[in-house]
Amino acid sequence: MTIKQKRLALILGGLGVIAAAIALVLTAFNQNLVFFFTPSQITSKEAPTGRVFRLGGMVEAGSVKRDGVNVSFRVTDTAQTVAVAYSGILPDLFKEGKGVVAQGTLGDDGVFRAKEVLAKHDENYMPPEAATAVERATKAREMAAKTLKQ
Amino acid sequence: MARTEQQSNDKFAGRWFWRYASPAAFYPLAGKIENVCWVLACLLTLVGLYVGFFVAPTDATQGEVYRVIFIHVPAAWMAMVIYLAMAFWAGTGLVLGTRLSFMMSHALAPTGAIMAVVALWTGALWGRPTWGTYWVWDARITSTLILFFLYVGYMALAAAFDDKKKGDRASALIALVGAINVPIIYFSVKWWTTLHQGSSVRPGSSSMATTMLWAMLIMTFAFWAYCVAAAMHRLRTQIIERESGSAWLREAVK
Repeated sequence: MTIKQKRLALILGGLGVIAAAIALVLTAFNQNLVFFFTPSQITSKEAPTGRVFRLGGMVEAGSVKRDGVNVSFRVTDTAQTVAVAYSGILPDLFKEGKGVVAQGTLGDDGVFRAKEVLAKHDENYMPPEAATAVERATKAREMAAKTLKQ
Repeated sequence: MARTEQQSNDKFAGRWFWRYASPAAFYPLAGKIENVCWVLACLLTLVGLYVGFFVAPTDATQGEVYRVIFIHVPAAWMAMVIYLAMAFWAGTGLVLGTRLSFMMSHALAPTGAIMAVVALWTGALWGRPTWGTYWVWDARITSTLILFFLYVGYMALAAAFDDKKKGDRASALIALVGAINVPIIYFSVKWWTTLHQGSSVRPGSSSMATTMLWAMLIMTFAFWAYCVAAAMHRLRTQIIERESGSAWLREAVK
């Protein structure tokens, strides 16, 4: 091996070792790198109790009830749902059927008391006409499914 | 006979590569690349911003504020790409001991740091109206902040030594080790739950309206051109600074 090849091997070997170490650290801290817990994780008691954590999912359609600044809604990941109580101003993008991340604690009664509510945007960027078309197609599909069930 | 011909060909190819590894040979070429890229950067920015602001439609859920992606996404991409390029040249410098490689990685660092700041800043300005907050400590945003700190650390360490060669080698290690952060940034939205949305543009597919995507891609090329131009300019300054005693330079800048 020439000196250059030796140096290259040393650098690549060193990087490999460091990459492996970082991979191990990231795997070990996986729980803490999770920004939010899903309703399914909360139902299966994976979420921490007695301390502040974040709950993420979709705002269940038709679940938002407003009473002045007090808002209650349900967050779903399509498998499980968790009820959320919050008092304060909601972000503009907060909408039924859209993503949401709430920070707070889980009460003994199973209601998540949020101190902060953030809207989570998805990776889709489209003009309003396209969004309306998508919505219409989804509705038509749901109608068809209902009709077939009857 | 055929063999010697082959050998001489290899030697010639090698010579071509090595010729531009010399600061004296690359200095004028860098100047040409710089000029071409400044022109490209200006033209592409004009076209990209025009398409982005006047042709691309409003987003269905975010309204007009989504238009920040025409700056935010190219800047974030460049911040990652430049770090990898910086690490590549730092590694090349360590292995081959070529002077120009280190100068190249030093020339890239400030532009990369600027790109990281622009990505974080525009992201914060977008986050406030859409998410409801300027800043959260999720994996994507935190790892991008670490990327910025790596750039700053690299530049600080390179400047900390009186002996430039020592600075080159020490900072090259930060560049190489920090490169591991780049795939972490890229895949963070896939590996963990984050507030930051997933990638809209992936190799082979995109979940964006076509004109929006076009505007973003044109802006990406504009950012590429700007970054190359800025890096070449800084590289020429580096060459002048480091080779200040040499005869060719006195000849070149006369």
